[in-house]
Amino acid sequence: MDKIINNYEILEIKEIISETNTIKTFIFDWEMNEDRTPLPGQFVMIWSFSKVFDEKPMSISMIDKDKNEIGITVKNIGNFTANLHSLSAGDKLGIRGPYGNGFNTENIKDKNILAIGGGVGMAPINCFTNYSKELGGNIDIICASVTKDELLFSNSDNEINDNKLTDKFNKDKATKNIGTVNVFTCTDDGTCGFEGYATHRTTDLLKYKSYDMVVVCGPEIMMKGIFDLLKDKKIPAQYSMERYMKCAMGICGQCCVDKKGWRICVEGPVFSNKDLKEIQEFGKYHRNASGLKEKY
Amino acid sequence: MLKTEISGINFENPLILAAGVMGSNASSLNWILDSGAGGVVTKSFSQEPNLGYSNPTTVAVEGGILNAIGLSSPGVQNFKKELALINKSNKDGQKNIAIASIYGSNPDEFSNLVHNIENDVDMIELNVSCPHAMSGCGAAIGQDPDLTYEIVKTVKNASSNNIPILAKLTPNVTDLMEIAKSAEKAEADGLTLINSLGPGMKIDIDAKKPILSNKFGGMSGPAIKPIAIRWVYDAYENCDIPIIGVGGISNYKDVVEFIYAGAKATQIGTSIMYEGIEIFSKIKNDLKNFMQKNEFNSIDEMIGYSHKN
Ligand SMILES: Cc1cc2nc3c(=O)[nH]c(=O)nc-3n(C[C@H](O)[C@H](O)[C@H](O)COP(=O)(O)OP(=O)(O)OC[C@H]3O[C@@H](n4cnc5c(N)ncnc54)[C@H](O)[C@@H]3O)c2cc1C
Ligand SMILES: Cc1cc2nc3c(=O)[nH]c(=O)nc-3n(C[C@H](O)[C@H](O)[C@H](O)COP(=O)(O)O)c2cc1C
Ligand code: FES
Repeated sequence: MDKIINNYEILEIKEIISETNTIKTFIFDWEMNEDRTPLPGQFVMIWSFSKVFDEKPMSISMIDKDKNEIGITVKNIGNFTANLHSLSAGDKLGIRGPYGNGFNTENIKDKNILAIGGGVGMAPINCFTNYSKELGGNIDIICASVTKDELLFSNSDNEINDNKLTDKFNKDKATKNIGTVNVFTCTDDGTCGFEGYATHRTTDLLKYKSYDMVVVCGPEIMMKGIFDLLKDKKIPAQYSMERYMKCAMGICGQCCVDKKGWRICVEGPVFSNKDLKEIQEFGKYHRNASGLKEKY
Repeated sequence: MLKTEISGINFENPLILAAGVMGSNASSLNWILDSGAGGVVTKSFSQEPNLGYSNPTTVAVEGGILNAIGLSSPGVQNFKKELALINKSNKDGQKNIAIASIYGSNPDEFSNLVHNIENDVDMIELNVSCPHAMSGCGAAIGQDPDLTYEIVKTVKNASSNNIPILAKLTPNVTDLMEIAKSAEKAEADGLTLINSLGPGMKIDIDAKKPILSNKFGGMSGPAIKPIAIRWVYDAYENCDIPIIGVGGISNYKDVVEFIYAGAKATQIGTSIMYEGIEIFSKIKNDLKNFMQKNEFNSIDEMIGYSHKN
């Protein structure tokens, strides 16, 4: 009955990596016990108990089973996250989890996968792609942000920021690489890679290549755009959603979405395009801590 | 076979969702109803919007959890829209029973709330028992027999359609029977026993601090069941109005225990966390089997059984 995932571990921050001006990754030692071993797409609750006293959900952005480490990658957007950014290695945080369903990573070997991450939405995508790479998936990543300085996890050897897609794909095909990773950067202002939104870049890639599976995480408006784009394409897709969370244990009801009533913290945060069709509030509104609806 | 009745309201079965658990919007309430609950109680709501306490608002402890959600509520005008979306019948065509849980700090707030929603739900449950509410709300009322009398009386008078009123009481008093009798005297149509226990606290020994931002919170889950059973048993002896038993139910045996103690129906909250929402259909089936085996034809025959002889 007492699940260990609901008990806090107070952990020292082992290392802090500055990813962009506004985004940092925090690494912790993590025992990979049975129900504590995370899957990509799952999240943890982070409890800060000094200076700022609060607790918020964060996706797991890195799982290292050899070193027994996990990481979270946090964008500074408010009180809680600003406080996290002010911490140093050696400072302590409470962590419970992992929670939620995570991405479905069955039968990934040899599959062509398109992974799309917008802004800090690259956090769970990064976790997913590293995991899937080892399982032998061929992954193209669309790494999107407003501007070059805000690109997260784009610094791969395979970064492709020009538009010569056909050349690249033909080469991949010829060499029959498996476990390949290509990163396609995409910025709203064109300061790096493709100029435009992730949806435009997706349309573009789909012209050259067919994919067996798509995974998406980013601002809900972006995900809605991709969802609409893929609606008629019959490509299985998975989207990682966010809603305001309190308990993360599936009891308080804060994160339940219309019309199915599903809990983002238990039935989610990842939903297939089939399930997402049932989430009528997707891309339209969410609820704040009082339960009041707020439009996107 | 599983039907039960409280103040003229007929429930398909005696398993009701407890207040504050997956009850913040109509969608999750409908999901629970479709999964087999005989009725649902909404999250407690108030006149004005309230954000509740900041996180951490829940923490797991031995035998259950502590919560100090802080009665977050979008306010009655917004919540009314959710009430309107609760389905009248479930996916199998059985009638759903919707119970609104309301809270306030004074008689005016309570009567305004009743005016606003009495036509939207089947019953109203008065939360005069939350152990971590803001000053003047929740247990601040339910720990005082006179205030309890006043609020119940006000609400009864405020209703223009005579909607059944349940008083949900707190175990955190010296003599719960004194409060229960006050509620009965004020013509409450039923008692819901009990709200969460305590309040209690959990200190993390590494962080060296209480975990909940509110420091203390109400205890719920299997560990509180014996206390709930005792109060239901006592209320059955001391009061004549129907009792709904709540606290720590996680299987059909717990439900039978509450009914034997004197409850006409039961509510389930925290165990959803361990068992999932399938808990309603599971207990329903197990309860039916138990009744068949023990040759009970109706819930009525079982109510208060442990008081007989
Ligand atoms: C499943 C999930 C995974 C997430 N993963 C990441 C991640 O990997 N990296 C990252 O930077 N952010 C992530 N977030 C968002 C993160 O929780 C918020 O950025 C953070 O809570 C903001 O807190 P704040 O005090 O800094 O800002 P605030 O000013 O308090 O809030 C800014 C916005 O953050 C959101 N938010 C605030 N509190 C909560 C809460 N308790 N639950 C959910 N959302 C909240 C709200 O939309 C709010 O409008 C995730 C959220 C969810 C639900
Ligand atoms: C997260 C949570 C929120 C709750 N919110 C309310 C509430 O708003 N109003 C209320 O009357 N009771 C509330 N309760 C108390 C429950 O309705 C119930 O009385 C108590 O939890 C005991 O039952 P259980 O052990 O089955 O959970 C809440 C309980 C929990 C766990
Ligand atoms: S956050 Fe409480 S149910 Fe999901």
